[in-house]
Amino acid sequence: MTPTGTSAPRTAPPGVEQPGAHPMLPAPYRVRSRRPDRADTVTLALEPVRGECPPFLPGQFTMLYAPAVGEIPISISGHARGGGYVQTVRAVGAVSRALCRTGAGQIIGVRGPYGTAFDLRAAAGLDVVVAAGGLGLAPLRPVIRELAAHGSRYGRISLIVGTRTPATLLYPRELARWSRDFDVLITVDHPDRAWKGPVGLITGLVDRIVFDPRRTCAFVCGPEVMMRATAAELVRRGVPAGRVALSLERNMKCGVGRCGHCQLGPLFTCLDGPVLTYDRVAALLEVREL
Amino acid sequence: MNAPRTNGSRPTGGRVPRLAVWKFASCDGCQLTLLDCEDELLTVAGRVEVAHFLEASSIRGAGPYDLSLVEGSITTPDDLERIRHVRRVSRNLVTIGACATAGGIQALRDFADVREFASVVYARPGYVAALERSTPISAHVPVDFELRGCPIDRRQLLEVIGAFLAGRRPDVPAHSVCVECKLRGAACVVVAHGTPCLGPVTQAGCGALCPAFGRGCYGCFGPAESPNAAALNARLRELGMSTPELVRVYRTFNAASEPFRRAAEEAGA
Amino acid sequence: MDRVVLDSLEPLIAVLTGMGYTVAGPTVRDGVIRFAEISSAADLPAGWTDEQNAGRYRLRRAAGPEATGSQDRLETGDASAGDGEQVFGYAASPDSAKRYTHPPRTTLFRLRDGVPEEAGREAPPIALLGVRPCDLAALAVQDRVFLGGRYPDPAYRARREALLLIAVDCATPGGTCFCASMGTGPTAVSGFDVALTELTGPHRFVAAAGSPRGAGLLAALPTRPATAADLEAAEEVGRTARTRMGRRVELDGLKERVAEAHDSPIWNETASRCLSCANCTMVCPTCFCTTVEDGADLADGTAARAERWDSCFTLGFSELGGAPVRGSGAARYRQWLTHKFSTWVDQFGGYGCVGCGRCITWCPTGIDITEELERL
Repeated sequence: MTPTGTSAPRTAPPGVEQPGAHPMLPAPYRVRSRRPDRADTVTLALEPVRGECPPFLPGQFTMLYAPAVGEIPISISGHARGGGYVQTVRAVGAVSRALCRTGAGQIIGVRGPYGTAFDLRAAAGLDVVVAAGGLGLAPLRPVIRELAAHGSRYGRISLIVGTRTPATLLYPRELARWSRDFDVLITVDHPDRAWKGPVGLITGLVDRIVFDPRRTCAFVCGPEVMMRATAAELVRRGVPAGRVALSLERNMKCGVGRCGHCQLGPLFTCLDGPVLTYDRVAALLEVREL
Repeated sequence: MNAPRTNGSRPTGGRVPRLAVWKFASCDGCQLTLLDCEDELLTVAGRVEVAHFLEASSIRGAGPYDLSLVEGSITTPDDLERIRHVRRVSRNLVTIGACATAGGIQALRDFADVREFASVVYARPGYVAALERSTPISAHVPVDFELRGCPIDRRQLLEVIGAFLAGRRPDVPAHSVCVECKLRGAACVVVAHGTPCLGPVTQAGCGALCPAFGRGCYGCFGPAESPNAAALNARLRELGMSTPELVRVYRTFNAASEPFRRAAEEAGA
Repeated sequence: MDRVVLDSLEPLIAVLTGMGYTVAGPTVRDGVIRFAEISSAADLPAGWTDEQNAGRYRLRRAAGPEATGSQDRLETGDASAGDGEQVFGYAASPDSAKRYTHPPRTTLFRLRDGVPEEAGREAPPIALLGVRPCDLAALAVQDRVFLGGRYPDPAYRARREALLLIAVDCATPGGTCFCASMGTGPTAVSGFDVALTELTGPHRFVAAAGSPRGAGLLAALPTRPATAADLEAAEEVGRTARTRMGRRVELDGLKERVAEAHDSPIWNETASRCLSCANCTMVCPTCFCTTVEDGADLADGTAARAERWDSCFTLGFSELGGAPVRGSGAARYRQWLTHKFSTWVDQFGGYGCVGCGRCITWCPTGIDITEELERL
């Protein structure tokens, strides 16, 4: 891992496959538990049917296969108790709907973990800004848990979260817990009557948190437009672009650099990403329809 | 994939899904494709309750139905009423074939005076209650998925039913016939033989049937996802096609589809 | 190993067949020359050649008018083909070796009791006779994609290892060829088991082994040592072919030029002629992109997952959240060309183009990638 938050391209992450295993063959995992989070969002705890599950780093993803339906990339949100992955899925398409319907005890397929990670070591001794938009909180959850567990390793820690409505806010109970450890600010696009917090874009929250820009590391995940705006704002405030890590999303069919779908210019989002620093992608994200 | 998707909602409670097949203005060829599924048909029949399928049986089970396959276009005032009823009693409505999806061959009337036709053909044209235009089902009610072709392809029909049963998105790509043509290893008839072919602007699904036998594609599956008819028309003219020929080929099966309507106009209709 | 001369390909085919290989070689089919199973040297397209240009491919007799005759005549080859006529006297066929190493559709796995079970990896031994140097280079490019990274594909490896490659130096490049520009031809240098150079007057083949397997094969054949005259004649084939490239590409500074051309007006202009039909990517010997198909066998309800060729020219290819990232034809053409000549280098350390010219020939509207590069 380079100190800038992403690995050098194609270095081996944890979870190197067994020699000879076909990279497109999912391993069977059992759903240990299924927890509905929000109206359309479910968090699954998955454990391998055989053997141990490979370790993961915050920001990595797996390809989850809903039997006979299809396969999609889903970021990992944490370790499951007893060994396994916690993954949060929002029902938006046929595959994610099928995954959300999967009940405890059922078998699904898992490949991975794949991709680059949020490099927390690069944040040691620095102020940390974590910015999450919508479901983007899911891959940042292991980052936040690490920050909460080892707060003394870092400078001032801030978590800013944007969500559509108060009802779509992910992990509300954990957010309440984390707010005891560091600054947590939440903004919504559409407030309800009970909402007393900020309203509007997440970039508006950057002004309301305290960090020393030149000594800050940022971890950002959310819709691309939100990440671009947030990264640009952080850089404008003086955070080095190489210390602003984003988690990009592109169409992925394989996760292992062979289907070609996830290319963003020279990058395979699955291998070189999903976590990439803003200095590497800012120019690419400016190009229309790249 | 700009094709509409089935909403994936299946019957709950482990009940056998109920299938209905409906006919509007059409030749029955697409319904016959279902009967033509032979071995697979038995399996389909084992996994769904065929509740309404007049082509195959006289059973007229009452609605609602989990999956309705609708053949044919809307050409009469009565059709208008009936399609609204079909929509009301159907959880998923899938149109099958060029008529239901893009007006079919009978949409040629859209470019002429239907009353004049009727007066020439029928002794008592007053009995003919025909609408001015032949319109696709989607012009009248929401459609969950459109299956193309004249007739539809058997494998694609089974895929749509299978996808419905599995709750997945049907694998019915909207790309060009050329992709299928090359997948099956056929040589491009435009390049190798100078044969005019609509494959580059036509949606796949037939398995590139005509090009594989050295014939140009007639476009019976309708427009592909992003057809560039202007570019193809220029090439087809180089290969000797005249303006009337170009207009005719775009107006044969899918005249009411917007991209082919524009393609015909672009060609000089 | 020293080069030898083969007077006929008949023993080669017989020995390969005896070794258990299915021999596939160029044949005349449907008005084109393409790989198919052959059982004898008589199945090869003796006396046939092709004319290729942007959007146009025609077969004709090597010394005669265009073959516009009946399909029968094309199917059977012409009985009048004499012994002295070249059997490899044409340029790239519509298909490359990709069809054998990276088939259009492969089953990845089937569900058994709800658990994915890998489809078999066994690959039947196939000897490909008549592989061109550009296609050898393309195989090397594909090897980097499927074997060179962190997630090698054992099924690809099995197919690759089951393939015995008998290359043929290109004597008659086509009108759309530019392998000399790309440094991939017209002479086979590596990546083959046996390389042949076809000579006439008298008709014979200079053969060289490129692997122990190839050396063993040649040792099993009736050959004689190549004379200085044979070797000089073989050299001359390459020298002449090099001067007959129908197209050329200037590589100097190309990668950077392409990378910086995001906003060039040529993309829109090219898109006005581009059908987004994907033919170029389908015939390209290096294009590797795939999608997956989830299907269920209705007969027994077994679900299976397959991988099939996909193309960056389709809208679904870049679909994200229900809409394509590359919605315009211009963006899709830019993606393809930029990948071939710029970002492929970043990803795999070499170009994604081997100069075979297929994308030019088989584009229904005749878009010429070398012209597009020239205009950038």
